[in-house]
Amino acid sequence: MDSNQLIPKLFRTEYQKIVSVLCRLFGIQHIEIAEDIVSDTFLAAAETWSIKGIPENPVAWLYTVAKNKTKNHYKRNSVFEQKIVTEIQHNSTKSGDEIEIDLSDKNISDSQLAMIFTICNPCNSNEAQIALALNLLCGFGVSEISEAFLTNREVIYKRINRAKEKLKEENITIQQPSVTEIKNRLDNVLKTIYLLFSEGYYSTSQNTILRQDFCAEAMRLVYLLIQNKTTNLPAVNALMALMCFHASRFEARTNEKGEIILYEDQDETLWNTELIDRGTYYLGLSSSGEQLSKYHLEAGIAYWHTQKEDTPEKWARILELYNSLLILEYSPIAALNRTYALSKVKGKEIAIAEAEKLSLQDNHFYHSLLGSLYTGHDNAKAVSHFEMAYSLAKSPADKTIILKNKNRVPSV
Amino acid sequence: MNEFLLIFRRDFQTKEIQPSPEELQQQLKQWQEWFGGIAAQDKLARPLQRWDGHGKIVDPKGVTDGPYAEIKEAIGGLIIIKANDYEEAAAIAQGCPILSLGGNVEIRMAI
Repeated sequence: MDSNQLIPKLFRTEYQKIVSVLCRLFGIQHIEIAEDIVSDTFLAAAETWSIKGIPENPVAWLYTVAKNKTKNHYKRNSVFEQKIVTEIQHNSTKSGDEIEIDLSDKNISDSQLAMIFTICNPCNSNEAQIALALNLLCGFGVSEISEAFLTNREVIYKRINRAKEKLKEENITIQQPSVTEIKNRLDNVLKTIYLLFSEGYYSTSQNTILRQDFCAEAMRLVYLLIQNKTTNLPAVNALMALMCFHASRFEARTNEKGEIILYEDQDETLWNTELIDRGTYYLGLSSSGEQLSKYHLEAGIAYWHTQKEDTPEKWARILELYNSLLILEYSPIAALNRTYALSKVKGKEIAIAEAEKLSLQDNHFYHSLLGSLYTGHDNAKAVSHFEMAYSLAKSPADKTIILKNKNRVPSV
Repeated sequence: MNEFLLIFRRDFQTKEIQPSPEELQQQLKQWQEWFGGIAAQDKLARPLQRWDGHGKIVDPKGVTDGPYAEIKEAIGGLIIIKANDYEEAAAIAQGCPILSLGGNVEIRMAI
């Protein structure tokens, strides 16, 4: 591997680690200084390695250079000296002019955990939290993030900067929450990481590798939480199980053109059995304790979807899980999926009656569901619902699926 | 949208009409499906809450433990739902599994 390939790879894995450690050291007010130092470090790597070749241990090289650059910055910059060094010295037992920059595995993982809790803070909107997490926790650049969000760089750039400013305004401290705080704050952290995963999983961006990377990064963040004793909680394991089950179908759910393949049309030999096994393992771990989170229920539903065969037990269990999920927290998509499961358990007629009570007339999924329930039952109604769905759907990917389903209705 | 209190009552006393363990198991499933159906319409106004089946009764004579010899139909549970009017609330209540055990549902609108 030459330095042109190695540096982007290291940037993705190491940038966020060093930034996390430095941010925790400097405090949120000086987040840009941390980012500048790490960017400079990578710039130096690009220059030096292309001339002198790649060092024996590139990661150690980066850490050493980052440490030196921090120390130099501290020597040169009087503002830095006055504001930050006093703070650092105040918080550490070391005295004198030597600041300690600890890039050990332990401190990196502690700092990353602290950063997860800092970034996933509800003072910012969901979109802002996700963009910031992708940037600072996962090492994605503005152009990659804007590609996944199907928007332009300027929008993401502004979004990230505004989110940072907000964290500064609120004066959020970068520290691991105490055991008592975790209970209150973990929900939001899990929500943001799950949204980040979904961004990769459901994004209509054509860039499959990027989308897969988003999912992998979300799973890495959950894994960080699992590795830490205080955050290794049942709901965290349940979310991990859920992500494993979803990710197991990643290859099977789109074709070579990037179009979505519906669940019942998927080639199950493409499902990743290793991920299914891992999901089952984490689902087992999640069942300790008395807390039943929505991630437990969603993971249960996803688990049953890894069984391709349509058994009565499968759909009866999925229906029960959707009932519990809705009782815990309403969402339109869960209401629609419950109705689909109901049709599998109790037949189309009962499901149609229940579906028509949902009053989700503006939702294209609602009309798609009624379209499929009416197919073979009242084909004229099926067609009109699919047409309604088609006119309500916005993304070309959704429109393609709806059209495909409409064409399956036997002609009236 | 208005809020309605639904109170489920049935006879927990008369031995001959009590459901068998199998029937109770079946009931459990029906309740879950009924609640799921209400939740799917986003019409649960409060999270579900379980209540102890025995309780106590206070009257001028003092405090007595449940179950209550003098009350034929005791409260089995209650929920608060969202509905436009009594008509809609009653339509929802008609799906309540307590009816199949000879019980009834009392409906009150929040004002």
